[in-house]
Amino acid sequence: MAAVDGLLGAPESLWEGGERRPADDHVAYGGRAVRSRRHLLLPVLHAIQDRVGWVSRGALEYACRRLSIPPAEAYGVVSFYARFALQPRGPLTLRVCDDIVCKLWGADEICSAAGAERSPCLGLCDHAPAALVERSGSSYEEVQIAPISLAQAEQILQGAGWPESAHRNEPRLAGKLLGRVGAYDPRSLESYRTQGGFVALERAREMGSEAVVREVTEARLLGRGGAAFPTGRKWESVAKATARPHYLVCNADESEPGTFKDRVLMEGDPFAVVEGIAIAALATGCEKGYIYIRAEYPLARHRIENAIAQARGAGLVDIDIEVRRGAGAYICGEETALFNSIEGKRGEPRNKPPFPVEVGLFGKPTLPNNVETLVNVLDIVLDGGAAFASTGTKDSTGSRLFCVSGHVERPGLYEVTMGTPLRALLEQAGVDRIQAVLLGGAAGSFLTPDQVDVPLSFEGTRAIGATLGSGAVIVFDETADMKAILLRIARFFRDESCGQCVPCRVGTKRQEEILERMLGGRNGDRSTDVMLLSDIAQAMRDASICGLGQTAANAIASGLTQLKVLDA
Amino acid sequence: MFGAGGGTSSYREAEETNLIILWGSNARETHPIFFHHLLRGVRNGARLIAVDPRRTSSAEWADVWLGIDVGSDIALANAMAREIIHAGLHDTEFIKRATTGFEEFARCVEAYTLERAEAETGVPAAAIKEVALDYARAERGMICWTLGITEHHNATDNVLALINLGLLTGKVGRYGCGLNPLRGQNNVQGGGDMGAIPARMPGFQDLEDPDIHARFATAWGGARFPEKKGWHLSEMFEAMDRGELRSAYIVGENPARSEADQTRAVRLLSGLDHLVVQDIFLTQTAQLAHVVLPAAAGWAESEGTVTNSERRVQRVRRALEPPAGARDDIDIICDMARRLGSDWGHPTAEQVWDECRALSPMHAGMAYRRLDELGGIQWPCPDESHPGTQFLHARLWKDPVEGTPAPFHAVEHDPPVDRLTEEFPIRLTTGRRLDSFNTGVQTGEYTSPLRASEALLISPEDGKRLGVEDGECVRISSRRGSVEADVRFEATLRPGLAFMTLHFPDQVSTNVLTIDATDPKSGTAEFKASAIRIDKLAPVP
Repeated sequence: MAAVDGLLGAPESLWEGGERRPADDHVAYGGRAVRSRRHLLLPVLHAIQDRVGWVSRGALEYACRRLSIPPAEAYGVVSFYARFALQPRGPLTLRVCDDIVCKLWGADEICSAAGAERSPCLGLCDHAPAALVERSGSSYEEVQIAPISLAQAEQILQGAGWPESAHRNEPRLAGKLLGRVGAYDPRSLESYRTQGGFVALERAREMGSEAVVREVTEARLLGRGGAAFPTGRKWESVAKATARPHYLVCNADESEPGTFKDRVLMEGDPFAVVEGIAIAALATGCEKGYIYIRAEYPLARHRIENAIAQARGAGLVDIDIEVRRGAGAYICGEETALFNSIEGKRGEPRNKPPFPVEVGLFGKPTLPNNVETLVNVLDIVLDGGAAFASTGTKDSTGSRLFCVSGHVERPGLYEVTMGTPLRALLEQAGVDRIQAVLLGGAAGSFLTPDQVDVPLSFEGTRAIGATLGSGAVIVFDETADMKAILLRIARFFRDESCGQCVPCRVGTKRQEEILERMLGGRNGDRSTDVMLLSDIAQAMRDASICGLGQTAANAIASGLTQLKVLDA
Repeated sequence: MFGAGGGTSSYREAEETNLIILWGSNARETHPIFFHHLLRGVRNGARLIAVDPRRTSSAEWADVWLGIDVGSDIALANAMAREIIHAGLHDTEFIKRATTGFEEFARCVEAYTLERAEAETGVPAAAIKEVALDYARAERGMICWTLGITEHHNATDNVLALINLGLLTGKVGRYGCGLNPLRGQNNVQGGGDMGAIPARMPGFQDLEDPDIHARFATAWGGARFPEKKGWHLSEMFEAMDRGELRSAYIVGENPARSEADQTRAVRLLSGLDHLVVQDIFLTQTAQLAHVVLPAAAGWAESEGTVTNSERRVQRVRRALEPPAGARDDIDIICDMARRLGSDWGHPTAEQVWDECRALSPMHAGMAYRRLDELGGIQWPCPDESHPGTQFLHARLWKDPVEGTPAPFHAVEHDPPVDRLTEEFPIRLTTGRRLDSFNTGVQTGEYTSPLRASEALLISPEDGKRLGVEDGECVRISSRRGSVEADVRFEATLRPGLAFMTLHFPDQVSTNVLTIDATDPKSGTAEFKASAIRIDKLAPVP
């Protein structure tokens, strides 16, 4: 109760969960106002989880009374998100990432030997294997550790001392986008200003909103979250939408396995993210902004919160920006699922149309943009859309961040101009032998060594049936057990399917089962299985409403055809 | 007041109004379809005010809940009217042009000061004033009510008190404004439309008007039928009691369970010379009958029309053959006529409807073809080129007013008949829940995860005071009888207020407790206000 009241304030009447007062018998105010706070359900659940370590029935019922939510509905929300525990457990949790990249670096051994919980990708693939440690209580603590060793994991689980966050963020190859990361103190507004901080916002104010939208359109910037939608068009639609208010949602729920670019930006250049949000809000007339950061990024969240507070404190940013914490659900990276999550609901995607620019968060016109997309806007405002459009290729302007990990000498974040061949990027990262490259994360596809000359542009990858996706580039040498990797990807989708569309809910499960059978060398008619898999893939592509279901078979299909895993 | 009984607004208007007062209605549970439209209005920014003794789940959505004492509705409405007049927010122009009786009304409400209203209703004066002024100031506002207003001994006065508020502020006859009784079944409105009320022919035409009477008689080949209005349900039971009513033909009703003072109702029904019941189930009433006529379900097994709360006449289509032995109501009635010596042939539902259209001007334009094309039509619809009427009484805004002006009715507060005393200190009010329907005939067969067995809901404070536990079985007594039931604690009830439903007559005969004090004008019994006592059961030795 204290945790809930800490967030919501003490209840004012019986009707909000307090004790009966004489006045409560004959009048009640704000029933609807109470109910309209339902969007605070996730923050309230986080508060409970942080304080107690799990969400008990009593705590949930109190939260429901305070927010006027039917308990069954709230239970549905709690059980949707991986972060919330519905069974009692100790205050200390160690989650070790056993996803694609960390698996290459011995995560499985640490998990089984130390008895740590397994986690999907924690976005620290350049320092694999990665872990997240949490300690609930009145002074809640959480920290990401990468790389983690077995000895360290055991030490943590024995409660011997609190680990320090160790990962460093220097980009391996920086252009304009990454230039500030590592060049200033990300905790200090003053330090950011020495890098030309908030000049772009100032400039945007002088230009006026229409001119800013025009520059962004001229820049032909495509969204960097994975879907590659023209940013200018999105901005124009929101700016023109008549319904009010307009919301801006910065999507920082970076959960695509192998991806960590947004984390690096938020940790290393948080003020630029805030500035990008402010410019976008100015251009599109957004009254309120949200930035939804995945729960597994505590440092990024703290840095962003600090940056918002300082920028607003200094009067540089006038839009109200609220930081929302994800709760361990890959699907919430899908924009409409993310809206539902902010609204305090299960993170299930919505049908489109209507599109978010018309009916988005809270049913209002909404501008959803990825972190990297928004940081790009700074340069567009400063240098002009035409200058931006002159870099990269004709259809893919500007530069792009690539998260290189796996079997490379120098894993990390690389900023390269669009159109650069993948081979050049791999040479920079120091690649010796290649068995395969997974481009675009779990929703992407596998490339073989003879495909690495593909230019890194939207059209270039499309031409060979691949995608840049989120910018994940995972390299496997011939020592990698590709069967295990494919199975992990199948498990990932089975686990992360929100369950709303039957083809995806059942399909991801069947896909995993069939793959297990095929790769496990067990008997069965292989050609039937291949056909079955392709049928399932088709059904998921055709009949899932969001990208998760539509792409859940991509990597596995490309893996089966490209990697010859079945010949063994 | 307005001649024809029906909600004045369309559902759509509830979505686009600025303020809605839900008065004596837990629409979220009892009128979920309408509430869905109402919620859209709320989401579009409308203020919602709930007036109800209980803080119902509808009230949870409200900006303000006024938790009045049971049966004090008129005191509240009159005090609101007084505040509106004193603040000068009444629509003087509208009142002058389109209404009559304002002076007398104003004199009447002058006695209802905020202090008096607070004493009668329990609601703080400031809250009453705030709601009154909000309603008056809203550009569009509607009042919606249900049985919390009508299941009282002075039901008609309660309704008039609400209508007065609408007239006072000019909130009727305009888009987004209105006075709307919500109907409890998909076709309660249709029953009234078709003349299943004692004083009216189809289309709310006055049975006692000689011209109208003559028109029907001519259309029916000179048939003779009563020239005076009949009895309503409560009067019928009184007539049974006097021995004047000796036979009854009951179609689709279960009065053995739904009537107040149930012991008496069963006794009277059992004492009839001849009782015929036509129903789709063998209800408790049917079990008392001499003849039971199994009927096809009005939904899915029959052709015809229904009328919803917004006066929209809609088609009903047959999707299933009724079970063997069950017959369509039209068939049964025509066969009965034939046996009584009058051959009406074998009309289809559409032929019956076309006859109705020929005789009821408000339905005249509603050919089946048009009902199909337009997705139903809201009455009145006088001819086949008429689109139907979205909201009623636009005539009041014509200058000069078309037809007769709307009268104010000065009505006085009159507390419930069943007084609270030391012997019966707790006010019992009855109602309905989301997943059950009236006496349970239509819903009892289905399981629902929400449904708990019948129980007497009381405040935890009363439970503590009485020394009973949550879930304990107690004896509940009123001046008419007593029943045993489990107690369940419910924080939305205040001390002194108890709640029961009538959904489970086989478990607990709630209507053994209720009073049959009846409104003389509408014939509705005061289900909403009984005085009861709760006693612990003697320990089992």
